[in-house]
Amino acid sequence: MNTSTFRGGIHLPGYKESTQGLPIIPANIPDKVYLPVSQHIGAPCTPLVEVGTEVKKGQKIAAGKGFVTSPIYASVSGKVVAIEKRQHPGGNFVDCIIIENDGKEEWAETVKPNPHPEKLSPEEIRNIVFEAGIVGLGGATFPTHVKFAPVEGKKAEYIILNGVECEPYITADHRLMLEKADRVVAGLRYIMKCTDCQQGIIAIEENKPDAIALMEKVVAAEPNIRVQVLKEKYPQGSEKHLIYACTQREVPVGGLPLDVGVIVNNVGTAVAIADAVELGIPLIERVVTLSGDGIKNPANYLVRLGTLFSDLIEQSGGFTEEIEKIIAGGLMMGKAVYSADVPVTKGSSGIVVLKKTSRKKVRETNCVRCGKCIEACPLFLEPTTITKLAKRGLWEEAEKNNAMSCIECGSCVFVCPARIPLVQYARRAKQAIGAARAAAKAKANANNNGGKK
Amino acid sequence: MMNNRENLLIVSSSPHLHNGNSVAKAMRDVLIALIPALIASLYFFGWAAAKVIITCILAAVLSEAVAQKIMKREVTIDDGSAVVTGLLLAFCLPSTLPLWMAAIGAVVAIIIGKQMFGGLGNNIFNPALIGRAVLLASWPVAMTSWVAPLDGVTTATPLGMLKQGVIAEQLPSLWNLFIGNVGGSLGETSAVALILGGIYLLYKGHIDWRIPFSYLGTVFVFTLIVGFVIGEGLWYPLFHLLSGGLLLGAFFMATDWVTSPITKKGKIIFGIGCGLLTVIIRLMGGYPEGVCYSILLMNMITPLIDRYTKARVFGGVSKHA
Repeated sequence: MNTSTFRGGIHLPGYKESTQGLPIIPANIPDKVYLPVSQHIGAPCTPLVEVGTEVKKGQKIAAGKGFVTSPIYASVSGKVVAIEKRQHPGGNFVDCIIIENDGKEEWAETVKPNPHPEKLSPEEIRNIVFEAGIVGLGGATFPTHVKFAPVEGKKAEYIILNGVECEPYITADHRLMLEKADRVVAGLRYIMKCTDCQQGIIAIEENKPDAIALMEKVVAAEPNIRVQVLKEKYPQGSEKHLIYACTQREVPVGGLPLDVGVIVNNVGTAVAIADAVELGIPLIERVVTLSGDGIKNPANYLVRLGTLFSDLIEQSGGFTEEIEKIIAGGLMMGKAVYSADVPVTKGSSGIVVLKKTSRKKVRETNCVRCGKCIEACPLFLEPTTITKLAKRGLWEEAEKNNAMSCIECGSCVFVCPARIPLVQYARRAKQAIGAARAAAKAKANANNNGGKK
Repeated sequence: MMNNRENLLIVSSSPHLHNGNSVAKAMRDVLIALIPALIASLYFFGWAAAKVIITCILAAVLSEAVAQKIMKREVTIDDGSAVVTGLLLAFCLPSTLPLWMAAIGAVVAIIIGKQMFGGLGNNIFNPALIGRAVLLASWPVAMTSWVAPLDGVTTATPLGMLKQGVIAEQLPSLWNLFIGNVGGSLGETSAVALILGGIYLLYKGHIDWRIPFSYLGTVFVFTLIVGFVIGEGLWYPLFHLLSGGLLLGAFFMATDWVTSPITKKGKIIFGIGCGLLTVIIRLMGGYPEGVCYSILLMNMITPLIDRYTKARVFGGVSKHA
């Protein structure tokens, strides 16, 4: 098989056996859903409903200001019983709209199929994507319509659908490609129309031969769409590395994929787009893999947004034994949550439950300069150098060492024999550098305004 | 259930997965890699070698523990790095060295070579080589008195003979160099044992191929050219490759994580530098062997090499920091 990849990175255990063969099953629709007003990158939404408002499934209940935002829809029909701050899987407390499910499953009147989806203009498609609340479902949650907006002087030559799914345990996209291959391709066609792009690529890691075979069959009649098989390597699903593997183009530092003529979307996002464009259904559910060695019955669920992790864990028969971690997302980039009582949001691709290990925790030691982090870093950074600078608060030096390019993939920590939390230090450096840049910008703006007076 | 204090979840920064490697494990593998050379040294030099080895390891571990206690640091002898230092030091000493000298070498290696810089990870020079260099400067006669393997009669090292101008026919055969049946430091003579250990470390991924290959490659090419100029055949570069402390240095000392460059390009430059210096010292210096000093000299410029060999960032243009 002709596979391509990128330089650097690591080989991870897949741990996908327990769920890759399991069809997606509907999760129980909970009695209450908890919908945070911020489930995307960009401006948070403001509730459009009040406590006591009766809502229907698919009704818009919150919307934000500006361009980089994404509205929130009711995932069940029922009554808003509270709007209060609750813990988000990301860790912080966010306003949540809590809807008590009346069990009627009534759709809002706004949800209706489009009789002639093929006649839609690019602008109309983009508007539907925005209105449907669609964001990057791979976990990045960047509002999708923003990627589709035309940029002066830049043209999308390739749309790449990301079906790599390189995180251990997670099989949501894999199952989606197997079960909704035609919807993935339908979504890709709408994206290509919306962005006036002539070439579509569906990128899949070689560890999913069934999905590759099926996708190749489905696109056989599509002259403009091809399947690209990629080596099994982490972080192959990182946007920049996916683009490099498919096109041998490097997204410039600080630049966007469109700078090299590419737009990347997750395969799940493509399905959501197809549903929104053809059926008028906004984003109210997504596929979530619930797996890990601490969960009794791992599964791939189709989950209403706002369902609590604990509801899904219960449906999977609970924990196998005493557990120590619940991770929102994958093992490499997911966040360990404080409690299982956090809701599934637009970005929840997986939930991994880890049982208590008997292994003794290895203590962190000095950096022994083995250079393994450098070998592993797919951005060609020196994680240990950035860490040493961050420990001393030398943010400018860290910036010169390209700390801002770190994508926090965790490859360096995975291989570090000294057990140094390199990503944590890089994150700290990025925050400090970001704050310094913002302050410098504010100062420059203030000076400019002063000059005008 | 989730809110019971006893059942609090662990919340930590991603990633939540590790390959299981640790400094202690790596040191254990280095020790495993040194076992063939250890067996060879015991076979060729007998109990004398065993006594030097035990002395060095005990002195190294003990001085590390005492130094850390005095400096009120965490005692980290369980990471195995002091054992490795002690063993490597012993490997580059003559089997006839008085044991108290060997012990002083080990103490110097740990205290001056390592702990005074701040412990493992912060030292600039390879500790074992610091120990050896200090011993060589302090007791040059004891440090260069060699016995032949097995029978124990006084002899010279192959490189010593070469330096004295012994004709090719009377030099040790390449085969004896390969298996280690020649005079020399107790752990450096058996090429085959050291190569086996080196392959194990490469296979385990603990050392990068760039340093040993560029080091050995440079020595080979350089001495091949010299051999051609002075009218010797292919045996000449092979003799240089297999004799002295070159293989021990190239696989186990130049590859020391702490004291060699961390960048990929830097590792190659480091290896080439070691190779050039080794050959220059061997052919033109006062000593017949130059591995120890060449590595120490290259250790010294490692920070400089790192600084000028930073890789270009993905998506960026190449530039110096």
